[in-house]
Amino acid sequence: MENSKIISIEGLIKWFPIGGGKFTALNDINLTFGKGEFAGLVGPSGSGKTTLLNIIGSLDAPSEGKATVLGQSIGELSHKKAAKLRNEHLGFIFQTYNLLPVYSVYENVEFPLLLLGKNAEERKKAVMDALEWVGLTDKIKSRPAQLSGGECQRVAVARAMVKKPVIVLADEPTANLDAENSHNILQTMEKLNSELKTTFIFATHDEKVKKYLHRKVSLFDGKVSQDELVEKVGNG
Amino acid sequence: MLAIKLAYRNLIGAGLRTWLNVFVLSLSFLVIIWHRGIINGWDRQARNDTMNQEIGGGQYWHENYDPYDPFTLTDAHGIIHEKLQSDDNYAPVLVAQATIYPGGRVQSVLLKGIEPAQKVLTIPTEYLESDAVEIPVMLGSRMAENNKLKIGDFVTVRWRDANGTFDAADAKVVHIFKTNVPMIDNGQMWVSLKRLQKIMQMDGEATMVVTSQDITSAQDLPHWLFKDYSILLKEFDEMIKMKNVGGLVMWFVLLLLAWIAIFDTQVLSIFRRQKEIGTDIALGMTRGQVIRIFTIEGAMHGILAAILAAIYGAPLLYLQAVKGMSMPEGTDDMGLVISDTIYPYYTIGLVVVTAMVVLITTTIVSFLPTRRISKMNPTDAIRGKIQ
Repeated sequence: MENSKIISIEGLIKWFPIGGGKFTALNDINLTFGKGEFAGLVGPSGSGKTTLLNIIGSLDAPSEGKATVLGQSIGELSHKKAAKLRNEHLGFIFQTYNLLPVYSVYENVEFPLLLLGKNAEERKKAVMDALEWVGLTDKIKSRPAQLSGGECQRVAVARAMVKKPVIVLADEPTANLDAENSHNILQTMEKLNSELKTTFIFATHDEKVKKYLHRKVSLFDGKVSQDELVEKVGNG
Repeated sequence: MLAIKLAYRNLIGAGLRTWLNVFVLSLSFLVIIWHRGIINGWDRQARNDTMNQEIGGGQYWHENYDPYDPFTLTDAHGIIHEKLQSDDNYAPVLVAQATIYPGGRVQSVLLKGIEPAQKVLTIPTEYLESDAVEIPVMLGSRMAENNKLKIGDFVTVRWRDANGTFDAADAKVVHIFKTNVPMIDNGQMWVSLKRLQKIMQMDGEATMVVTSQDITSAQDLPHWLFKDYSILLKEFDEMIKMKNVGGLVMWFVLLLLAWIAIFDTQVLSIFRRQKEIGTDIALGMTRGQVIRIFTIEGAMHGILAAILAAIYGAPLLYLQAVKGMSMPEGTDDMGLVISDTIYPYYTIGLVVVTAMVVLITTTIVSFLPTRRISKMNPTDAIRGKIQ
């Protein structure tokens, strides 16, 4: 784990109202993540992985406790400030890719740069670089519907990485992929992690992903049951 | 600018779906303008026909003439003023009450005497030029239809002359003309002025003198009062105003259809694109930005529809304005006063106002469903879990 802490979670509790009562999805979570980590939140379905990832991504707020990302307290951020944090520093990769269906590959990857207000020249260079990282420079005009699942996820990785964010949050990124595509995607992300020092945090229960993680935070019933560093001998 | 760029990209990217929506909306645009054009054209034509066939540029009325009081008609005649003698600018008309007996029935009519060679009104009075023993008369098609009279038919006419003596003679229908001005058709029988003056014992007299449209203002003369066309058309214009209010209902219904098309597209779009909305927010958009994009997308449908409507609609509307729209036979039977061909009349004001109203209202209608976005939970939206 790197020394500089960019994510700090203290006594975090998240509950959702259900009927007359409430369901506690996360209970007393205390964690920190440093710059350049390749970490995963692992555990069975319903253990709270995605909820924790959403809070780190400022898409949701803690019910109690504190989550600080890049020095900003998530629970205290306004909608606008949360959007700014996501826009400037966070990248997202989703299980179902969530590419914009009417955009081409190029336009999908370009999208975060448009929101950042980059000029056309900067955008073009960054998009082509990102597509080169994921090996999709020959598909720039294709629409998502014309791509395979693996290619779609590579576009999603390029979109998350194009603005060179500090943190990339990946929610079950390989759940819809076969073994070969999963390994390709994970190798790409691991390479980007080591080259760009981007922090990757996964939410996964996929064994293939777990093999790549440098740190595994196990969640069970909304609590951290184990937090372990993994000795890496080689890829996969 | 970013919102416009992204909205444009979304619209163009959606391809056929966008163009189908735009086409439907452009049809609404066109039908709204076309419908108003037809109504305007109909009104304009009716007004022009009324001026051409009945009112002229104005009318001198005999001082006793009151068209709303039939009991005064027997006294509403006098020697035609020397300045109002029949020529290209003046057409004296003598009006007298009479009774006809078509097919054994009794029917009250107004006999209207007019100079056959007159040029002031565009009714075919030349047919009244005849030395026949019977009185040559001309009828409007509705009058002829109601009384089952055809060209060449004879009908007995009974009248009371200036001296109070009843007299009768056979009249021969020499012509039936079609008009969409009911005031010169229903219950009217046109006769040569000289013939009517003779049988009524009213030589050189008239009830009114119609002026040509070159004379739209004039001074009153002794015993003759000038009524300009704006006074004579006052009721007609008020009727058009009332009709326009009724026409607004149709206009509103058509506009409502356009709104529903946009609203439906937006509601469906927001429901179907919730994953996209969630992704936009995750990638750093504020809810306000997303709402702006969706609203602009809706408004752009309106703009594209206006452009498309102009491309294929303008030639169509122009062609119809020139060629006119033929009305089916038998509209008279339905009680509609309408000419054989209606020429739609479009004004720049009509097109601009319609375009502005449609654009502004479709923008508002586009915005309304997008307010749901502000209530969306992005984490649910990303997974498409919102019902």
